[in-house]
This record gives sequence, structure tokens and C-alpha cells, in this order.
Amino acid sequence: MKQTGKHYFADKDIQVILGTLLRVGVIASMLVVFIGGVIYLSGYSREIIDYSVFNPSKAKYSSILAIFQGLSALDGRAIIQFGTLLLIFTPVTRVVFSIFGFLIERDYLYVLIGVFVLCVILISLSNKLVG
Amino acid sequence: MSVLLFTIIVLAGAFLAGLVGSLTGLGGGVIIIPLLTLVLGVDIHYAIGASIVSVIATSSGSAAAYVKEGITNIRIGMFLEIATTISAVIGAVITVYINPGYIAVIFGCILLFSAAMMVRKKVDHSDDRTTGLLANFFKLNGSYPTAGGTVKYGVHNVVGGFIMMFVAGIISGLLGIGSGALKVVAMDNIMRLPFKVSTTTSNFMMGVTAAASAIVYLHRGQIDPGIAMPVTLGVLTGATVGSKLLVKTNTDKLKVIFAVVVTFLALQMIYNGLAGKL
Repeated sequence: MKQTGKHYFADKDIQVILGTLLRVGVIASMLVVFIGGVIYLSGYSREIIDYSVFNPSKAKYSSILAIFQGLSALDGRAIIQFGTLLLIFTPVTRVVFSIFGFLIERDYLYVLIGVFVLCVILISLSNKLVG
Repeated sequence: MSVLLFTIIVLAGAFLAGLVGSLTGLGGGVIIIPLLTLVLGVDIHYAIGASIVSVIATSSGSAAAYVKEGITNIRIGMFLEIATTISAVIGAVITVYINPGYIAVIFGCILLFSAAMMVRKKVDHSDDRTTGLLANFFKLNGSYPTAGGTVKYGVHNVVGGFIMMFVAGIISGLLGIGSGALKVVAMDNIMRLPFKVSTTTSNFMMGVTAAASAIVYLHRGQIDPGIAMPVTLGVLTGATVGSKLLVKTNTDKLKVIFAVVVTFLALQMIYNGLAGKL
């Protein structure tokens, strides 16, 4: 197993960047979810809810577009969903950064693997997968 | 139930799930899903959506710390994510076509398996012997820092590990959990990685795997902000407190107690699933 000094340092740098990225993503999304939660509770806390039957048509914020529209209206539920989106996209950004990292290391095999993983996630973004 | 009461109960439950989860190594979803479905009567599809969000939160939160220490093998993670992301999307797509009762039964079985894996005595299979063509081609062999210096390890049976990861991804997408126990089988037992490397790498991968299925759930309306909010906040604060306590606590006894609780929940889920109550 070859492991030159340079290679090791590049790996180490990428790991520090990735770690910071993950932490920032989690803290930011928690903050947004918290703010959204406070707004949501201040408006709806006395309302009665029932989750006993799964009803997809009741979901108001089930697309990224709808979430952004709700954000401009400062709806608490939309803000929570936006925080959730931030959380979901944190590991996705991590994949993007790893691809750049492997590019810098000229490890093209892993650039390819990273792009493939990213593509799978992007395919999941398509609405067509939902039956 | 009023929104406020529901939020408080879920928040407290999720905090406990995150706390115990980080102390015992079991993911938050293992407690969140039974709490929501058995105790609060939430439809299992909503429970799955909320659980996957907590998986991403805990994975990213703990991976942030591990990655910096340099124990995580990013190449192994990225390589196996090919299998886990594809299968997680497949799992998430088929959830809605499966009878909720069956999902509960599968979940119960995975819970039983996870409880057994948690209390079993771990045997470290890792070594530094020469490995196969695939492991070399994909540069999977690595090294990690320990108190006694850097330790090298070889990666074995890449194909077997890859297939097992595919199974773990399907289960993760189907049930909205991290399926850590199955990933341990793939990495510790089949690929023969050192514990520390396999634990941290599987944690690191979980976020990406879960993100792939979470987007499918979101589009389907399975992620409800009213449930996701207390789950995310509770699990993450619980896990943070848990990781601080971890250094001081002897977790062996806790694991046995938790295994009993999880077994009980598992039987409940299986019973309710078979009886058509979920």
C-alpha cells in the first residue's frame, strides 16, 4: 500500500473540512427547525391533531417549491420543513465536497464513484419516483 | 391530542431515544418508531418519515467529530454508498406498496436482531494480511490512529460486504432507520474492518444513505413538520448529552437493560403488525 506524505496531508485536510461542513449544516438546520417550531407552536398549539391515518394529499409542504413559497409567507411549518431540507442536504453537500477533494488528489476513480452516488441522490429528487 | 401536548411528549421521547441511542450504539429510530406508532397512534408512514430525519441528524452530528479524528475511511464509505444509496431509494419507493402490518413485522425482526447484536460479545476480525484484487483496485485498505500509534488494516471480501450493504440500504429505506446492526455485519464480520473504523465509517455513510430515501419520503408527504420538529430537536440534543456522558458511564449494564426494552418493543410491533392494528 502506497501512501506518500502529500497524499496523507490532502486526505487529512479534506477530513477537517468535511467535519466542519457537517457540523455547520447540523447546527444551522437545528436553528431553523427551532425557529419554525416556535412560530408553529405560537399559532397552533391548542389545535387538535390526528396522525392516525397517512394522508399524502394533506401534506402542504411535500415539494421543495412549496416549501420556498411557504417560507415567504413566514409559515412555521414551512420554516421547519426548510430546516429539514437543510438537514437532508448536509450529507449531500458532503458528497459534493468529497468529489472536489478526490479531484484535487487526482484520484479519478473516486471522482467517478462520488459523481455516481450524487446522481443516485439527484434521481431521488425526481417526483416520478413517488407512486 | 393538542399540538402542544403531542410536541412535548415526542420531544421528551426523542431526547431519551437520542440519549440512550448514543450510549448503546443503537440508532434513535429504534425507539422513535415504536413511540410514535404504539404509544401515540401515529400512522407508520409518518413515523418512518420522522425517523429518517433523526437518522440524518445523528449521523451528521457524530460523523463531524469522527471524521476530524481521521478514523473514518472515506474511500470505503464512498465506495459502499454506491450500494446503499441505490437500495435506499428502492426501499423508500416500495414502502408505500407494502401492507403497513408487514412493515411493522419486518421492523420488529430488525429490532430483535439489533438487540442481539448490541449485547453480543464483539470479536475483532481485523488484520493486515494481503487482500484481494478489488480491495487494492478501490484502494480500500487503510490505517487509523490509536494510542499505540498508527495501525494498518486490510479489507477482505469486498463483494460480500457490498451485497450486505445493499440489503442494509433496502431495510433503511423501507423502515426509515439507519440499519446500523446490518452495517456492522457487513463491515466487521464480512469485510473484517477494525471496530472503530467500521463504526465511524458506517455512521458517516448513514447520512448519505438516509438523505437518498428522505427526499422520496418528503415528496410523498411522509415528512410532517409537526412530527419532524420535536423528533429532530429531541434526538440531537439527547445524542449530544449522551456523547458527553459516554466517557463516564459503564454502558454494559445499560446495554442489557436496553436490549430487554427493545425486545419488548419488537414483540409488540410484530404482534400489532400481525393483528393488523398498525
